Amino acid sequence: MKKQLIPLGIFAALVAFLAIGLTLDPQKLPSPLIGKPAAEFDLPELYTQEPFSPSQLQGKPWILNIWASWCVSCRQEHKLLVDFSKGNQTIIVGLNYKDTPDEAKAWLKELGNPYTITVEDPQGKAGIDWGVYGVPETFVIDARGIIRHKFTGPLTKKRLREELLPLLAEFEKEAIQDEN
Amino acid sequence: MIPEIGHFSLIVALSFAFVLATLPLIGVYKNNPAFIRLAKPAAFGQFAFMAFSFACLIYAFTVNDFSVKYVAANSNTQLPMIFKVSATWGAHEGSLLLWALILALWTLAAGFFSQSLPENLRATLLSILGMVSIGFTFFILLTSNPFERLMEIPQEGRSLNPLLQDIGLAIHPPMLYVGYVGMAVAFAFAVAVLLRGEFKMAWADWARRFTVVAWAFLTLGIALGSWWAYYELGWGGWWFWDPVENASLLPWIIATALIHSLGVTAKRGIFQSWTILLAILAFALSLLGTFLVRSGVLTSVHAFTSDPSRGVFILVFLVIVVGVSLWIYSIKAHEITKQKRFTFISKESFLLLNNVILVAMMATVLLGTIYPLILDALGLAKLSVGAPYFNTVMLPLTIPLAIMMGLGFFSQWIEDKPKRLLEKLWLPLFASLLVAFLVPLLLLPEFSGLAVLGLFMSSWIAFTALFWLLKGNHAKLVKPSMQNLGSSLAHIGFAVTLTGITITSLYSIEKDVRLDLGERYQINEYEFEFKGVSQKEVDNYLASEGLIVVYQNGTELTRLYPEKRMYLSQTMPMTEAGIDAQLSRDLFVALGERLTDTAWAVRLQYKPFVRWIWLGSILMALGGLIAITQRRHAKVKVSQAPKAKSDNSNPAKTSGQGVAQA
Repeated sequence: MKKQLIPLGIFAALVAFLAIGLTLDPQKLPSPLIGKPAAEFDLPELYTQEPFSPSQLQGKPWILNIWASWCVSCRQEHKLLVDFSKGNQTIIVGLNYKDTPDEAKAWLKELGNPYTITVEDPQGKAGIDWGVYGVPETFVIDARGIIRHKFTGPLTKKRLREELLPLLAEFEKEAIQDEN
Repeated sequence: MIPEIGHFSLIVALSFAFVLATLPLIGVYKNNPAFIRLAKPAAFGQFAFMAFSFACLIYAFTVNDFSVKYVAANSNTQLPMIFKVSATWGAHEGSLLLWALILALWTLAAGFFSQSLPENLRATLLSILGMVSIGFTFFILLTSNPFERLMEIPQEGRSLNPLLQDIGLAIHPPMLYVGYVGMAVAFAFAVAVLLRGEFKMAWADWARRFTVVAWAFLTLGIALGSWWAYYELGWGGWWFWDPVENASLLPWIIATALIHSLGVTAKRGIFQSWTILLAILAFALSLLGTFLVRSGVLTSVHAFTSDPSRGVFILVFLVIVVGVSLWIYSIKAHEITKQKRFTFISKESFLLLNNVILVAMMATVLLGTIYPLILDALGLAKLSVGAPYFNTVMLPLTIPLAIMMGLGFFSQWIEDKPKRLLEKLWLPLFASLLVAFLVPLLLLPEFSGLAVLGLFMSSWIAFTALFWLLKGNHAKLVKPSMQNLGSSLAHIGFAVTLTGITITSLYSIEKDVRLDLGERYQINEYEFEFKGVSQKEVDNYLASEGLIVVYQNGTELTRLYPEKRMYLSQTMPMTEAGIDAQLSRDLFVALGERLTDTAWAVRLQYKPFVRWIWLGSILMALGGLIAITQRRHAKVKVSQAPKAKSDNSNPAKTSGQGVAQA
């Protein structure tokens, strides 16, 4: 093959990808982690500094909410989470992402604490394992420890009602099936 | 009526583009001088009607003609006049029209400032530019007509995106487009040369001048965009490796390589095929950038309206323009290539190596930009590639680039000796090492290996450029030519930008704090006192204006007024940072959320040397423009490159400048 044909070849490959890209929607951002086991982490609890890892929750469905006091849309979501936690027993783990303990505590004091457990991740190490794209993000994990759903961006009443609650109801059904 | 005239005028411009794209080219092949001579008037007609069409659109904005859909969507009566005018290119349709206008202007310039090219080559080149223009004008008329009317005329327009109501952004797109579209000239030149099957050295010099002007504007355009993002987006970053930013950086990198490659071709009559490939590549990347931005295949912070049908059009256009030119390249490239001897240690080698590094940089950025798209297309994953990737891969490429730059300045054509280079370069080397170690040790808050590295690279480039300017390869001081002055200045500009990047990245301090009325927060020797927030009403927005008094070592230094603006026609609040700028550091204050009646979240930043990033860009652009003022037919001195000269087919035309320069 003539070497002068190489640029044309590279260009053809590029065009092929661009053409396929045109048919796809980049706004849809499903996490590749869905259907995979929840990534492990070992992080200190915000108040007690005791280590916590997701394996301690094995057997129970739980929600992982990733938040930070510097994040504007977390504030908007937070009120909703506080209301949700009052009426629902599901475990919510708050992962305080790239934040300082003082600011995190001040925030929870001011806005209320919806979390069963809050862990701190000041360097954002766990965030990488969980493929965090931007704060806030919320993962829903079932009793087997499998990630079932991910919310990118703040939770809204609509998403809560139409996506989160039906999923939690499904978990309950699965729990009954597992017992039988 | 005026919008219809504008629309019609655009169609007339398209007709001229058709004349330009066909008749002169037919003339070249049928040897018909009358047809060949049509090229210039056709280029002029195309420009005149395109300009008139654009003027009609501006007029529609200034008189608030909301019966025009594009005006209604992007302007309103409360918009200040200057932003009404700049709103003309504030969104998709108008910015494409501006693009087409600038292309017509470049075409005109290429037609009238090309005495050094043979008439046939010029006619072919203009025809190719005409073809590009046909594609763009069709794109506007078929998918993005800015003159489209509305059936129901609204009372009030929707207004321009407030982010764009800013003087920096009013001039950013025209600058960028002049740069982007200017690459079309080098591209048309490359294809014309391929078709002709002959590449004379003097022509390379002509193409270099056009490329340098386009490159200078592109440099300024990118810097303006970066500066705008810094003060307008409120989080104090100056580069985000966002797809749209990358889209402007890609052609810049290749244009930089192209300028140097054209220099070698003009001087030594080699690298022809490589030069031609770079010229095609630079314009291909401009088009690719347009595709990425306008088609919506990638998510970006730049929320342009995107539309898949536009994406299809640009992709087809890209395939035709680049595909055909690369195909011609594959057939004809070997005809124009000349081989001449040069050794590994020579100016040719160093310039070639830097060219390869620049292409590698381009490939790296391109890969990072479209990697999400490739994975998505293969159905593997949806993800984004962020700053950590780009920063990690660009650093190791920048190091050899910087080293070669210094070597390139002082090395001789054809063959050089390491010993001679060392004799010439020990002083800049020593000076650079001194700066690289002493500055972090004595002046910077902490010693960091990366700071040493960054400062070494910048001072190495700056010192070699300066020494070379003052002495060249002579023993005594010499009077520099404009070409050398410009070239040296541009490289020093690059060093200045590199210094800014190094120090800002390593030593910036960023604090998000809660400040109550009268509360103070300290960063280094600066204390920020929060004096509360007041409301004010301006033309077309309401603002919460904070007052922060800054003290330096206890005495008042300045007052900063960061704002949060609520534009009347929009619901999203906008952040307007308060900045105190000095050459050695910026203090940057942005208002966050209101927390209580008196307390606010405030973002405080100390950004050392951040100005240098943009200052360096200005020097680069200025250097480029100074370099091309050098006249070509200057006296020729013969001393160092006799071989190069004897190889020239026409030495009087080609070696316009003194001897010591690249």
